[in-house]
Amino acid sequence: MILPLSYNLRNLAVRRTTTAMTALGIGLTVAVLASSFALVDGLRLALEASGHPLHVLVTRKGSDSELASNFERRVFNDLKFKPGIARNAAGEPLASLEVVTAINLASIEFPEGANVTVRGVTPVGIEIRDDVRLIEGRWFTPGRREATVGSLIAKRYPEARPGGRIRFGRGEWEIVGVYDSSQMARNSEILVDLNQVAADFGREEVLSSALLRAADPVAHQALINDLEADTRLNVKARAEKEYYAQQMSSGDLIRYLGTAVALIMAVGSCFAAMNTMYAAVARRSREIGTLRVLGYSRTSILLSFLVESVLLAALGGAIGILLVLPVNGITTGIGSFTTFTEIAFRLRITPQTMAASLLFALLMGAAGGLLPAFQAARKEILAALREG
Amino acid sequence: MKFLPLIVKNALRNRRRTLLTISSLAISLCLLGVMMALYYALFIGGQPTKSQTRRVVVRNKVSITFPMPLHYRQKIAQVPGVEEVMVMQWFGGVYKDSRDQRNFFARMAVEADKLFRVYQDYRISEEEKAAFIRDPAGCVVNKVLAERHGFKVGDKILIKGDIFPFDLDLTVRGIYTSDELDDETLWFNWKYLENMLRNSPRLAAGNFILLARSEQDVPAICRAIDEMFANSEAPTKTEGEFAFGMSFLSFLGNVKMILMSICFAVTFTVLLITANTMAMSVRERVREVGVLRTLGFQQSTIVAMILGESVLISLGGGLLGVLLAQGLCAMIRQGPLIVQQAKTLAIEPPVFAAIMAVSVIVALASSAVPAVSAARQNIVDALRFTD
Repeated sequence: MILPLSYNLRNLAVRRTTTAMTALGIGLTVAVLASSFALVDGLRLALEASGHPLHVLVTRKGSDSELASNFERRVFNDLKFKPGIARNAAGEPLASLEVVTAINLASIEFPEGANVTVRGVTPVGIEIRDDVRLIEGRWFTPGRREATVGSLIAKRYPEARPGGRIRFGRGEWEIVGVYDSSQMARNSEILVDLNQVAADFGREEVLSSALLRAADPVAHQALINDLEADTRLNVKARAEKEYYAQQMSSGDLIRYLGTAVALIMAVGSCFAAMNTMYAAVARRSREIGTLRVLGYSRTSILLSFLVESVLLAALGGAIGILLVLPVNGITTGIGSFTTFTEIAFRLRITPQTMAASLLFALLMGAAGGLLPAFQAARKEILAALREG
Repeated sequence: MKFLPLIVKNALRNRRRTLLTISSLAISLCLLGVMMALYYALFIGGQPTKSQTRRVVVRNKVSITFPMPLHYRQKIAQVPGVEEVMVMQWFGGVYKDSRDQRNFFARMAVEADKLFRVYQDYRISEEEKAAFIRDPAGCVVNKVLAERHGFKVGDKILIKGDIFPFDLDLTVRGIYTSDELDDETLWFNWKYLENMLRNSPRLAAGNFILLARSEQDVPAICRAIDEMFANSEAPTKTEGEFAFGMSFLSFLGNVKMILMSICFAVTFTVLLITANTMAMSVRERVREVGVLRTLGFQQSTIVAMILGESVLISLGGGLLGVLLAQGLCAMIRQGPLIVQQAKTLAIEPPVFAAIMAVSVIVALASSAVPAVSAARQNIVDALRFTD
């Protein structure tokens, strides 16, 4: 015979203060785990959503990042007519020569300043980024000190809002517009005219990278192989998607810290749950004796207490998830060790995170309830009836 | 105080519960201790090392990734209070395989003859120092770094260039230690860059590291240098080496916010744990409180006894927690060098005091309600109470 679930639910309801406090404790532990997952997932989703599947990023051989790459204009002129590169309506290859630098701007979150990517592009560079659309103002005019910024830049850096001016290179740049892209990482960049910014930094001939659009998925891989094998060009070619995926390592520290903290807290919460369950067993001693007299076996008593502990933890897990839901969508930034600049992203509570958090809570409940449940099951009927 | 034995007896009447509560508190407070220690070390009490107080770093105001012209050196050297100016450049590059995080360490080009004058905490033998200064392709490495990678004097180290368009082929000329902080850095001779970048505009200073005559001169030096270059081709930002190191912190994400949230969550958990225990323990004792009242115990005495019991348990958890936290800090000190402060992380007295304060306040807050309601209960009802 198995004790009905409603027996456990009622017991939890009777001791509502204790139940609530224990559940809240478990909930807070779950919330810490879930928020560190939210940070890491947010970063991962932002990076996964970035990069066009047909794009190829070309840098100098040996460079892990665009910032550290020296890519000569001469090399670009050689490679832009490689077979497999898509062409636009005018018949020109969709190949964009780009220069990337980082500047330091004060942000809302970090008043002491964070590094931001400035990318110099030609009109092809905007055309190739067809995921990007203007949401405010206009594009920069080639040949002028104007900049169009990503939506997250405008949001996070007060200096870089339309109408504002930022100083780098040989003078001030006026912000003339804001763009937004479904590819999150793009929204953390400032786009300016390639030739203007290259001249400012004396990099007319030595730029950073090239972004190419392949004609189709087959040509995409062929193009990468072709460029990698070309010893004369001496370049590194990789899928743009891969470039963003490698930046995921920036989230490692948060993941380790969050998991370690949650695990330590879990041990504490387990003890707390154990305490609560031991108290429950002690208080219901006579009840346990009665149940045994009625014919419930030791196993069903054991199961019943274990189930009660798990139910308590499930409540905690649910509270934890509710507690952490408001962080969903909050924007924050983290440094990328690849670009040496900040990537802004939104915290994301995914269904997987919720499931994992709940499972984590259930495990805490099971671990905390096991010993008290054993104690309950071991009680001798007569002794139990006499107790309490 | 004469009730102390009774309080202790009460705390021990349900040993298992007390033990579980203390363990639970100890673990939570250990975590709180480490988080507070990190917060304290990073944002409040972090102190520059002794030799660091005299070192000043000049960088391009726009971003650390932009260089400054080399001719700034002469102007900087003339600023009053500056004893020595050294040019430094971050080389970056790839050692072996960049996918393995352990292969990442700082590789800096530096004026060999000035390095040990500016970094006075470095210890190296005179022969090794002389050999490093003599060899334009020589380098010196920190002992911790050398041990990790098995570098020995005379070894070749190959670094593939990424920022710079050439590779480094270096010979280890010396291994240094530091009196203060093992910075796990490879320093190579500036002449290497000079030879490779002859007549190239890329031959420029990443940073200037200065040694101030005294700590008191530092603020004036910073101001003087930044004013001097404010309207030049590359405006500068000058600050003490310690502050310079701190400016990289935002790179790890919003550390302040993360630490604060964890501290808050843990403190609240601690509150819940003690509140739960005290509520359970008081509920068991209602009849006993009735007996005490009949014997003539004042309500206030009973409240004080229950509060005392809670504080006692909580302080036990707190002390154990601090001990555990010290152990955890020791582990973090052995870990990888992420920020300078992690290498000296410990539970400082202010953090210890904060943990104890949290323990006491939480204990009082969590037991006040059950204590007062137990004491106020009508004696007859209390005596009749069955649980």
